[in-house]
Amino acid sequence: MRSVSGENLVQLLTPEGTRVAGPYGEWVADIDGARLQGLYEDMVVVRRVDQEATALQRQGELALWPPLLGQEAAQIGSGRALRKDDFVFSSYRENGVAYCRGVDYTDMIRVWRGNAPSGWDPYEINMATPQVIIGAQTLHATGYAMATKLDGADSVAVAYFGDGATSQGDVNEAMVFAASFQAPVVFFCQNNQWAISEPVTLQAQRDIADRAPGFGIPSVRVDGNDVLACMAVTREALERARSGGGPSFIEAVTYRMGPHTTADDPTRYRDPNELEDWKGRDPIDRLANLLEAEGLLTADFTDRVNAKADEVAAQLRHGCVTLPEPGELDVFNNVYTTPHSVLERQRDHYTRYLASFEAAGGGAR
Amino acid sequence: MSTITFGRAINTGLRKAMEHDSKVVLIGEDIGKLGGVFRITDELQKDFGAHRVIDAPLAESAILGTAVGMAYRGYRPVCEIQFDGFIYPAFNQIVSQVAKLHYRTQGRVKMPLTIRVPFGGGIGAAEHHSESPEAYFTHTSGLRVISVSNPQDAFTMIQQAIACDDPVLFFEPKRRYHVKGEVDEEVDLGSFSLEQARVEIPGEDVTLVAYGALVQVAKDAALAAREEGISVEVIDLRSLSPLDFATLEASVRKTGRLVITHEAAMTGGLGAEVAASITERCFYHLEHAPVRVTGFDIPYPPAKMEHHHLPDLDRMLDGVDRVLGRTNSLSGLEGN
Repeated sequence: MRSVSGENLVQLLTPEGTRVAGPYGEWVADIDGARLQGLYEDMVVVRRVDQEATALQRQGELALWPPLLGQEAAQIGSGRALRKDDFVFSSYRENGVAYCRGVDYTDMIRVWRGNAPSGWDPYEINMATPQVIIGAQTLHATGYAMATKLDGADSVAVAYFGDGATSQGDVNEAMVFAASFQAPVVFFCQNNQWAISEPVTLQAQRDIADRAPGFGIPSVRVDGNDVLACMAVTREALERARSGGGPSFIEAVTYRMGPHTTADDPTRYRDPNELEDWKGRDPIDRLANLLEAEGLLTADFTDRVNAKADEVAAQLRHGCVTLPEPGELDVFNNVYTTPHSVLERQRDHYTRYLASFEAAGGGAR
Repeated sequence: MSTITFGRAINTGLRKAMEHDSKVVLIGEDIGKLGGVFRITDELQKDFGAHRVIDAPLAESAILGTAVGMAYRGYRPVCEIQFDGFIYPAFNQIVSQVAKLHYRTQGRVKMPLTIRVPFGGGIGAAEHHSESPEAYFTHTSGLRVISVSNPQDAFTMIQQAIACDDPVLFFEPKRRYHVKGEVDEEVDLGSFSLEQARVEIPGEDVTLVAYGALVQVAKDAALAAREEGISVEVIDLRSLSPLDFATLEASVRKTGRLVITHEAAMTGGLGAEVAASITERCFYHLEHAPVRVTGFDIPYPPAKMEHHHLPDLDRMLDGVDRVLGRTNSLSGLEGN
């Protein structure tokens, strides 16, 4: 396993919960007690959302769920650094980022319940529909950033992807294009150590962050379980992009504490001791230790946070189980923007087919 | 009216589209200073700037993938794939992203990309430079697929394709690039839809369906057949997805006989789709099983062998003889 600590890893909050100074400290100097409490609340809520969705899958209400357990700091730290007019292109695991973008909770699970091909309106929260084809979204982010530059705007595109994606051609091509066109894009790689059963050592023989400079892109390795450090390096990269400095690459070193998805069984390929080690670096516990030391983890506060988490989870569950069933002809919708004669004929024939059951007295299927 | 080459007609159409809509940007390899290896984008970078005519690094997947990102931000990218055989590295972005994003986002994100592809053989090119990959894309829902055969359609339909909010694969028969024809630059872009085929030569006995470079060969074959007293109706499909079955059905109901020709391999090609659908729709009007005159199911052959692979006038006439039950190369063979 590549190093998960050490000198080249930006850290502003130790696993014991001590806030440390460092060259990146100035980027989060404004994060005071109240803001720390806000980040804590975010992380607790998205973990609760993750647990609720996992439970919904186990209860047969969702077909699948990709948990983010353990990656809360990487997603909240970076997600809370973004401006509203920045645009996110993510994989399927960035539900913490979606939360920061203000997603409607029901929209998070439409796809996983199988009710719709996507959840939210990308233009409502400035976040593209999540990507399942590994790494493909990094090119979309780069193209979006190229267009942003054409427009003369100062918003930034952010691509989220994992360690496994860095082996894909698309990710490498994205870095070539981003560098050549000096596109305002941030590549945010969550190295969670595992691509389903494949360890990061199969994808990379050196630190992933080491690759970017070869493309002409500055990179940084950050403790992905340190919410302050993740926010700091993201703010720096965003500022570089906004001020015309081009792309940046962030490797957030974290750990996928759960399975790849609810269909996965990590006990078949992972050493249980590894999980225990990483539990000692839990991103929420770490911030809790800091809040505790500063007298900010009061019972009042944690009660409030837990109540919020329960409320969000209840909304998620309610939204999930009350989702209306799709209509019988909805499969034909939105394939084209204007009618396509061959598909229209298929729709017409299927409509007649369905009607034939009623004509036969059997009622619609 | 002006008389210009096929290639110049596309160039002029691109120029018009760029003048009409500032969101139209071109991206591809060597399309800037060089004007493209076929000079289709000649002078456009000089006139519109490097920000609108973008020389891309050599990565087809990225040309398409960044175009998707630009479309997300409201642009209307026109991607040039330098040669047909270079499109496969971009296949994932075209099939999984470009074709599906409007559907996946429930209509919220439009993908008004035009993907220009010089395609087909007959120019004595090196390997991977003469292929006909159109059926991969007609098999993919969410895409529209066009192939033009003459300068006027090239001029008109490239602008229609760019204006279309759906992604369009635009196949340009590269061996026709230097052929001249009359082009009315004042043509009304709304005078026909992007889905319409055209009857090139009306006829009574046989319907001969072609697209791209083979339309001219089919027209030549029809003239040759006329000398033998056979009246061949030639149809230029123009739209490969969707196929214009209204035009095809009307023709076959009249002639009762159907020959389809393309350079692409036979199995699973456009000919198979036309034959199957027309058989379903017009079975009782058919006097003979539809006949396909196509490239063989082989990798595109070396230049000195390509004339065996490419359907030519004589092979088309042999197909016409087969569908008419006249003496032909397969006479006496069971199942013919």
